[in-house]
Amino acid sequence: MKKPIINVEFADQGADGKLTSRRRFLKTTGLLVAGSGLFMYSCSKDSLEEELLTADAAADVRAGKAFNLGKGDLAILNYAYVLEQLEAEYYRQVLQGDYYINQASTEERQILQDLYYHEVIHRDFLKIAISSVAPPGKVAPDLIFDFSSVDFDDKTTVLTIAQVLEDTGVAAYNGAGNLLENIDYLLVAGKIVSVEARHAAAIRDLLDPGSTNFASDDVLVDLLGTGQAYDRATDPRDVLAAVAATGFLETKIIANNVPTE
Amino acid sequence: MNIIKFLDSLSDPELMKTPVSRRNGLKSLQQKGKELALVSIPFALAATSKKTAAATMAMPAAMFQASPTEVLQFALTLEYLERDFYQMGLDSGVIPTADRDVFGLIRDHERSHVDLLFAALGDAAFAAPEFDFSGGLGLDPFNNYAQFLALAQGFEDTGVRAYKGQAGALIDNNTLLEYALQIHSVEGRHASQVRRMRGEKGWITRNNTTLPDAFSAIYAGEQNTVQLGIDLAGRFPDFGGVDAVTEAFDEPLTMEEVNAIASLFLA
Repeated sequence: MKKPIINVEFADQGADGKLTSRRRFLKTTGLLVAGSGLFMYSCSKDSLEEELLTADAAADVRAGKAFNLGKGDLAILNYAYVLEQLEAEYYRQVLQGDYYINQASTEERQILQDLYYHEVIHRDFLKIAISSVAPPGKVAPDLIFDFSSVDFDDKTTVLTIAQVLEDTGVAAYNGAGNLLENIDYLLVAGKIVSVEARHAAAIRDLLDPGSTNFASDDVLVDLLGTGQAYDRATDPRDVLAAVAATGFLETKIIANNVPTE
Repeated sequence: MNIIKFLDSLSDPELMKTPVSRRNGLKSLQQKGKELALVSIPFALAATSKKTAAATMAMPAAMFQASPTEVLQFALTLEYLERDFYQMGLDSGVIPTADRDVFGLIRDHERSHVDLLFAALGDAAFAAPEFDFSGGLGLDPFNNYAQFLALAQGFEDTGVRAYKGQAGALIDNNTLLEYALQIHSVEGRHASQVRRMRGEKGWITRNNTTLPDAFSAIYAGEQNTVQLGIDLAGRFPDFGGVDAVTEAFDEPLTMEEVNAIASLFLA
């Protein structure tokens, strides 16, 4: 058996707080996607131990096909930058698609365009911020994406994937909050996450206007038995596994030193 | 009632003996699960992270920072305000049938948030204060739906900024910080929905507002374009310009600023 780069146990916290399998996540999002082999899954069920880079992974990094997020706050910032790159590129392609150009309502176009602008701003801001504290080799590169599986002519597809990306972004920032050491980074992550939540609500409402879809039980979780009134806070490795499952990101992301507490 | 006096009174031990208090709070929580009583109380208030030194060094010495208990009490007051506002709105009949599901859901969420904060506070919890949703300005939100919607938007946008402003104060407590973030983003969802129901964008452009002038404080500072010392204005002419830059980040409010807004609605 190949020695794994990183052991990723993708876990989705369901409404009852129990961990369920990835298959359930894909089912509830309605997305049928093929994994791109972003991660190599370990045979063992131990989670999140630091593991050495294999010779293959090191070669991929040197060739620019993979990137190690690093450690500490830098890893978290790079992680956020990866997610913002993903969203920005997705919306860039949405804005070139037939649904946006020929079918969308004025409001739908305004929302999707704003989301594109905001994610570009988040992305470029993070690049500047990370570059000011890390040398070029430690800043995530321009990632390679593949959205060829997406039908950008279909409204439901476009909005559903947007919903998944936004909901995932919220969960990602929420889960990264208590991993950050620098209070300034925490504050700026806080400034971004509520905007992603505004995005998520708007997209969900476009999919089912005027309903409770903007903050429904399918995305919110329970805390301490008080009811499903809370967004998820998902660990970076689990988010990255979910991203891997979409097949949209070709560049391999190595997260073996991302903080866990 | 003056908000400062109100908050000062919370540290009065006599107040802790009021009849509607922790006992009732816990009882309703126990209905939701026995484990709640076991895990809810002191865990939340103990520092669980090693970030203290870094955080202390990063904070300007002059900056007032609330304790975790004060943060939770502050949040509890706001959640009571929202919960009661939406409950009264639903009870009053001012909400059209088509919108009742949305506000029912929001009310459910605020009720949950109250329960969580109440449980986390333990002995430091308190009963809901009396609210006056006329705002001392002659508002009539339970008869005038436009005003109800406007106040709902104001409360949600304030809530987002209020939690955001306290994230730093929770940096030493991993659990509380995470809970606060998980509530904060839901308030963001609420805000987006209510804003769009009023014909606004789900996000805040500069410090623009269609709310009455008395509530301009809710949006003060939202025109900021500097993040981590980097001025983003002028960098995105082809991506929405300054409008988009200000929309892309929500700004915090201090506890004092939020209390000044909330105090308008305390009876």
